[in-house]
Amino acid sequence: MSGLMAEMAAKALQHNIPLGVQLDLTYRCNERCIHCYLDHDDHGEMSTAEIKDVLDQMAGAGVFFLTLSGGEILMRRDFFEILEHARARTFCIKLKTNGVLIRRKEAERIRALGVESVQISVYSHRPEVHDAITKMPGSFRQSIEAARLLRSVGLHVTFANVLMNQNAEDYRGVRALANEVGAQCTLDPTITPMMDGDRSILSLNVDQEALRQVFRDGGLVGNVEEFCAAPPKVGEDDLDSLPCSAGHTSCYVSPYGDVYPCVQFPLPCGNLRQSKFADIWKESPQFKEVRSIHLRDMPSCSQCAHGATCTRCPGLAYLEGNMRGPSFQDCQKSYARTGIPSENFKRRNASAQPSPSLKLVQIQGLPPAKVAESSVVGA
Amino acid sequence: MNTLYVARNTAIAARALGEETMVMSAADSTLFTLDEIASVIWDAADGTTPLEEIVASRICAQYDVAPEVALKDAEALVENLADRGIMVISDQPLAHPGR
Repeated sequence: MSGLMAEMAAKALQHNIPLGVQLDLTYRCNERCIHCYLDHDDHGEMSTAEIKDVLDQMAGAGVFFLTLSGGEILMRRDFFEILEHARARTFCIKLKTNGVLIRRKEAERIRALGVESVQISVYSHRPEVHDAITKMPGSFRQSIEAARLLRSVGLHVTFANVLMNQNAEDYRGVRALANEVGAQCTLDPTITPMMDGDRSILSLNVDQEALRQVFRDGGLVGNVEEFCAAPPKVGEDDLDSLPCSAGHTSCYVSPYGDVYPCVQFPLPCGNLRQSKFADIWKESPQFKEVRSIHLRDMPSCSQCAHGATCTRCPGLAYLEGNMRGPSFQDCQKSYARTGIPSENFKRRNASAQPSPSLKLVQIQGLPPAKVAESSVVGA
Repeated sequence: MNTLYVARNTAIAARALGEETMVMSAADSTLFTLDEIASVIWDAADGTTPLEEIVASRICAQYDVAPEVALKDAEALVENLADRGIMVISDQPLAHPGR
């Protein structure tokens, strides 16, 4: 984060202003990505008028950075009407799209409306790998064509590359392709649970060894020695630090008007069909609870060696059952990066390997017949 | 200097944050902040009110500054912002600030 950006974020925090919002316009999508966390059926999206009203409210509340995402944003026929309205409210706008529906006309209109940047999901430089992940034949060609078109009209483009078992070897190829197209590239090594809590897609996550290799790629992380260094001692300032911007200076709004701290933090804080955006932001007990959490209050994380440098996601922790607890996926990342296990990691490993004597007691004390008998009695 | 008209470039993203204003130019993704007095001029830059009038009614009326000094500073500011594509300036009223 630049110095000026950090200064603005600090000021927004001080004034309780939601500096950034991701607004998903739809969950409908023309791709069916194997790692997607969304239910693509339409369960009652906000209308054009409702979204315009929400945008007006957000502008009034001080929102500056607006990310329009989905689903696929261009699945909405009123997308450009919404975008035009948002720009008239002088938001700084970033679009997240797969680009499949972007032709020259759309690219030129996006440019003319003063969009700051467009993020396109690119999973591989190999068409067959990308298309197998999106489950849409031809999607690679269409996404890359869209990226080239957007660049040709002068827009900033970023490739979002989500790392999973299926494309673990391809991130260098994606970066090279981004370079050739004139795009930036981001790499996200975390597959998150579905918003309904279903964790089955977590099996797509790359393993520890693949993570370890990614974190030791100087082309990605810069100074490897520095990036993978043992964490510094946790200080008093660290204990008072906030986990991330979710709920503090940013939030997420679903196509149904539900407000959450973040797209990865599905703690319902209110609904815009029932309450005003500013009221939810300022008064929601859930937002207040999120804002009350500091590292000092987290039983496990406050004792952890990684406390000062951990990228702990409170949303992932919430999805694991406790927003004040650790996020095991981030513990895994800290371990892959430094080779030093987190407190949570150590406890998990310890509980996963019970002592031989305990195992022996279990075998002796709980024979199958007795378990069955107990069950019957209990019922 | 002749009468100067100033307008916000409609291609710019902007939002008040406390007494300041955040401004982002999409052309080069550069973030600026306007301080309190620059924000007053930004807010009043409707393309039809002369800069001299903005300075007299919005700056000199609120801040302890000589009109000629304030106007000179304001002219330097809007020229700087125009160079960066954030504002549009003209010696004629601006009905439709450019993109």
